[in-house]
Amino acid sequence: MKRSTIDIWVGIFVAAGFAGLLFLALKVGNLASFSTAQTYHVKAKFANIGGLKVRAPIKSAGVVVGRVSEVGFDNESYDAVVTFNVDAQYKFPRDTSAKILTSGLLGEQYVGLEAGGDTVMLKDGDLLRLTQPAVVLEDLIGQFLLNKAADGKDGKEGKK
Amino acid sequence: MSEPMPPAGPRHWVENLGHHITSKIWRLGFAARFFFYVLLHSGTALRRFGLTIREIYFAGVLSMIIILVSGLFVGMVLGLQGYDTLQRYGSGEALGVLVALSLVRELGPVVAGLLFASRAGSAITAEIGLMKATEQIAAMEMMAVDPIARVVAPRFWAGVISMPLLAALFSAMGIFGGYLIGVRLIGVDEGAFWSQMQASVDVRNDILNGVIKSVVFGVAVTWIAVFEGYDATPTAEGVSGATTRTVVTSSLAILALDFVLTALMFTGGNGQ
Amino acid sequence: MATAPIVEIEKVSFGYDAARLVLSDVSLRIAPGSVVGIMGQSGCGKTTLLRIIAGWLRAGAGAARVLGTEVSGLDAKGIFALRRKMGMLFQFGALFTDMTVFDNVAFQMREHTDLPADLVNDLVLMKLEAVGLRGAARLMPSELSGGMARRVALARAMALDPQLMLYDEPFTGLDPISLGVIARLVRTLNDSLGQTSIVVSHDVEECFAIVDYVYFVSAGRVVAEGTPQELRRADTPFVQQFVRGETDGPIPFHYPAPAYEADLAAAAHV
Repeated sequence: MKRSTIDIWVGIFVAAGFAGLLFLALKVGNLASFSTAQTYHVKAKFANIGGLKVRAPIKSAGVVVGRVSEVGFDNESYDAVVTFNVDAQYKFPRDTSAKILTSGLLGEQYVGLEAGGDTVMLKDGDLLRLTQPAVVLEDLIGQFLLNKAADGKDGKEGKK
Repeated sequence: MSEPMPPAGPRHWVENLGHHITSKIWRLGFAARFFFYVLLHSGTALRRFGLTIREIYFAGVLSMIIILVSGLFVGMVLGLQGYDTLQRYGSGEALGVLVALSLVRELGPVVAGLLFASRAGSAITAEIGLMKATEQIAAMEMMAVDPIARVVAPRFWAGVISMPLLAALFSAMGIFGGYLIGVRLIGVDEGAFWSQMQASVDVRNDILNGVIKSVVFGVAVTWIAVFEGYDATPTAEGVSGATTRTVVTSSLAILALDFVLTALMFTGGNGQ
Repeated sequence: MATAPIVEIEKVSFGYDAARLVLSDVSLRIAPGSVVGIMGQSGCGKTTLLRIIAGWLRAGAGAARVLGTEVSGLDAKGIFALRRKMGMLFQFGALFTDMTVFDNVAFQMREHTDLPADLVNDLVLMKLEAVGLRGAARLMPSELSGGMARRVALARAMALDPQLMLYDEPFTGLDPISLGVIARLVRTLNDSLGQTSIVVSHDVEECFAIVDYVYFVSAGRVVAEGTPQELRRADTPFVQQFVRGETDGPIPFHYPAPAYEADLAAAAHV
């Protein structure tokens, strides 16, 4: 086996391997978007985040504008503290509200931002005031049963 | 001329088991020392990189065909089976996600590792074992050339370098195979296939972890291969036994390490 | 002898465990420039002796001095430095099967020296010419016959002109012509290059033809020594049996076994 033949084949092999890795990173993974974009951090407190995970998308008007970077717990107010990484090219007013929504019926949870009307924009490190917690299925069912029971009692009282 | 065997009672059995276990542990310790020795004496393999390149040819390039073909078939099977299950829940368009994540996180590193162990690992063991059996290793020592630096280390580094590249090729081919079946054959929407995949596969968490896994597997498989070869009894049966042990031990090591790494990397849903 | 011996083994003992000693109390002296044979049966310890001289095994007791240095005290670097001055011919050549004949002979030059390529080329061809195989330079070891492979291995071992040459059973398994060639090469190269050689063998005729002195080893001890002529006339029973190739003598024909009739009777009852 000539030395030059070996070198050529090894070169082909290594190039192919790197091409494979590049293919995976760019076409398969999400390297193309968001890795080098500038972001700023914004926090928000929620009474309940439901199943929200780190890296969950943050959407406004259905378009992904950022990702959840951290989920924490405030031991004084007993609220969840979620940190968002918002793409720097999107500026939101200070009174923007954040809701935790579910994509589809049983899909992953994401954060929906609804822009407010304030003229002052959010800066890095700001806290969002208006939040709506996630809808928790158990609470819904509990609420439904409670309502049902209340209707039943009203009905009985009504009949009396 | 054999003496009569002692009566095979429970004590005899327990003694045997204990002896077996202690000899395995002793061997493991020996293998660990050998590993560090190879690392320490890797200077030649890295300075005279031509030696390592030659071994990359024999370990990596010659494994390309089997890796590419297997990757293609595995991807195609994933496409078929995956679609069959997903479309029952109306999620046929998530096929891309299923194929990509399965390959990049698990099947790519693991199956490529198993194939590498049986093709290249056994070849390395046989080669080093035969060199030992035909006294080539001894001749090298006699000529004041360290055989571990000259013969073992280049093969070790060639394996470590080749594994991640082969795993990436396997995953890429597999995704292509899944694409062929899913989009071309079955008719899943091409746009949905790729966009959902891109939305769900994270470069840091999934792809990078897959690469880390393949590097770990590369180290494990090649270490076992060179050790078994170097430690083989210098006879025909010795070399064949060593080759078999390489394949078996490497395969078990890959699966066990895969479990450990998966548990470390992909715990919980929150990634916290 | 005015000059110091190249190899001096004094009361060396060696065993893999204390119960079975492979070598006990062996002493020998190799004079510079001579070809010395170490002969004995298979498994008598002569290869072990060679390995102690080459620094592979550490003697359990006694002193082993090679080229003036005590071998057992050397660390890995020291042993490698010592081996640069020695060459060893292995029983079946042990050529590197993945390289050509040329590359095999050039191996030591390329590993240990910085000689330019054309100088290496000339040196390799010179060494191959000395063993008569310059025309085979581009062949692979698998294309060589046993005798040719051994000659190439000889050229390879001598590539850097060692002072001491060790031959491990160089005559085993060769046809008469190759036997003659190897024997002649061992002697001629030793004399023309000013080397000292130790030949471990059990081939009496070939060995006696080329050596200056012989040590006979049996069961780990030196049982006889002398020049070939002295040994032919010696009256030690072992030497006589060995030199004449007799089937029975101090080395019995029969492996220890129980009485024949008892064994047959026992087999009948099984």
